[in-house]
Amino acid sequence: MSSVAPADLPVAKNLGAIESTEIAPTKTGRVKKRLTSRTATVLSLIIAVAWTIPTFGLFISSFRPAELIRTTGWWTIFQNPGFTLDNYRDVLFSTSQSSPQLGAYFVNSIAIALLGTLIPLVFASMAAYAFAWIKFKGANVLFIFVFALQIIPLQMALVPLLQIFSTWLRPMQAWLHDVIPIIPEQNYAPVWLAHAMFGLPLAIFLLHNFISEIPNDVVEAARVDGATHGQIFFRIVLPLAVPAIASFAIFQFLWVWNDLLVALIFSGGTQDVAPLTQRLAELTGTRGQDWQRLTAAAFVSLVVPLIVFFSLQRYFVRGLLAGSTKG
Amino acid sequence: MTTADLLGKLLQVVMGLAVFAAVVGLLIFFIDKAPKRGRDYWQLVGFLAPAMILVVIGLVYPAIRTSILAFQDSSGDFSWDNFIWTFTQPTAIRTLINTIIWVALVPTIATVVGLAYAVFIDRSRGERYYKAILFMPMAISFVGAGIIWKFVYEYRSGDREQIGLLNAIVTAFGGDPVQWLQTDPINTILLIVVMIWIQTGFAMVVLSAAIKGIPTEQIEAAQLDGTNGWQRFTNVTVPGIRGSLVVVLTTISIATLKVFDIVRTMTAGNFNTSVIANEMYTQAFRASEVGRGSALALILFVLVLPIIIYNVNVLRKQREIR
Repeated sequence: MSSVAPADLPVAKNLGAIESTEIAPTKTGRVKKRLTSRTATVLSLIIAVAWTIPTFGLFISSFRPAELIRTTGWWTIFQNPGFTLDNYRDVLFSTSQSSPQLGAYFVNSIAIALLGTLIPLVFASMAAYAFAWIKFKGANVLFIFVFALQIIPLQMALVPLLQIFSTWLRPMQAWLHDVIPIIPEQNYAPVWLAHAMFGLPLAIFLLHNFISEIPNDVVEAARVDGATHGQIFFRIVLPLAVPAIASFAIFQFLWVWNDLLVALIFSGGTQDVAPLTQRLAELTGTRGQDWQRLTAAAFVSLVVPLIVFFSLQRYFVRGLLAGSTKG
Repeated sequence: MTTADLLGKLLQVVMGLAVFAAVVGLLIFFIDKAPKRGRDYWQLVGFLAPAMILVVIGLVYPAIRTSILAFQDSSGDFSWDNFIWTFTQPTAIRTLINTIIWVALVPTIATVVGLAYAVFIDRSRGERYYKAILFMPMAISFVGAGIIWKFVYEYRSGDREQIGLLNAIVTAFGGDPVQWLQTDPINTILLIVVMIWIQTGFAMVVLSAAIKGIPTEQIEAAQLDGTNGWQRFTNVTVPGIRGSLVVVLTTISIATLKVFDIVRTMTAGNFNTSVIANEMYTQAFRASEVGRGSALALILFVLVLPIIIYNVNVLRKQREIR
């Protein structure tokens, strides 16, 4: 039930990461051997190739001149050679009205993902600490309630939350725009808050699992020495919880980066706030035939998740499995 | 984007960070300086309040409000109209049917392919790389995946050379090119392919880890008994990973029920491809039919609920056995 209790996945112990697959050869005497049979080799190769080709085709195309993309298939690259970076230049830096102007949206994606991750992370750590280490009546009931909130689909929250924001947040945004004119009336605040709210139940649950496992002696010793809850939280609990924090942070960052639904509802859709995903969805609708732009634009948005995926695979897999039904 | 725009954005982020840091700093300050009387209580409030306030505003209240809205007509009176519409209008019924097709196909196919792949590559050379290939789609956005596959399904009319891979294959075998995404009902199947492409990696990683958890003794014993590979798979491997199989199937089912981005990006729900989550967005935010949107959201919630409850029960039983 990774939907609600991810850390309890029956296989969680082995999940470490993709790399963890090469487990303890010494213990069992297992030696890596060739694929078991020829059929298996062929089948797994076919699957692997089939899974790669779509992405590969788009990647190749993003470097081909517009004229060639329009008239020939990318698999004919050797018969119809051509290489260009114009597509990327166009989608990222061109200021012409018709081009995607992704630069602004890229900045928005980073800005949204940054605080959309940080806010739930910090507040959830604090709440998880309270649930784990401050004794109070009704702690269990309240914790189970928060835990159960994970099953609410985002769709249940969108309409009322938008109404709340337009009643309470909109006047503050307008005021801020009056005071500091370079901050547009549409600012990041609603998107940050929405992501924080939607991310909290999972975050509290994951971090609580980890924080409650910290040995009692450590916390007690600090308390005997006269440390306050604030000190214990910052000096002892947070540093010890780094692995869990990293897993959740990576998961939430990518979730926010890849999100379309929350952006559509709360961003307003302009260059001021909208992230890359929203711009891309818009482009496929209005300019669905401009493949020289779409291919490059798609890769601009994929670059960050792919870097995270290849560099932080271990944390990434763990976090992703934990939060796989979020939304 | 002008320099002023960029400055405005930077300023927003810096201010956001500053306000946030100030809030957290003040909270911790007051937690530590709380009055002696009822100190525990104030500390508790300090730690819990921010998260609880956000969750109540963002999830608890909205969920209750949506449930009420679903049973109201436009003037705010109680009515069943939204649900009657959902279960009688042809387009709405089609939405429900499509969702059922999605949930029937995606979890099963993704799990079967993922399991087969996990077994094939188990303990093989280069297993890491094989896994990374299948898992990569999990990292990218559904929007990105939608564009990747829309390019595969691209259609060129007449005798022009096809640039979409699928039509190129069809024409290579002498067939006529098809406008895949506009053709009902194949378009729904082709959208489902995208979701399978994404979810198979998840199934594969979880199941692969489970397979490695099966004790070697069991497999060796079965080998000594003279079983062949298929018998070992059905009698040792599958029972050994039953718990993980349930987790994978249910998890993918929930994700599939909520699928939105793929449909939104590739067809926007046109040509009879809409699903509940997409229709909810269309009704509530495009057609301003808030009641219908709320009813669809509530239906989504009701569909997800039993799967999760089942899942929780399975896990609890497993823990008791252990």
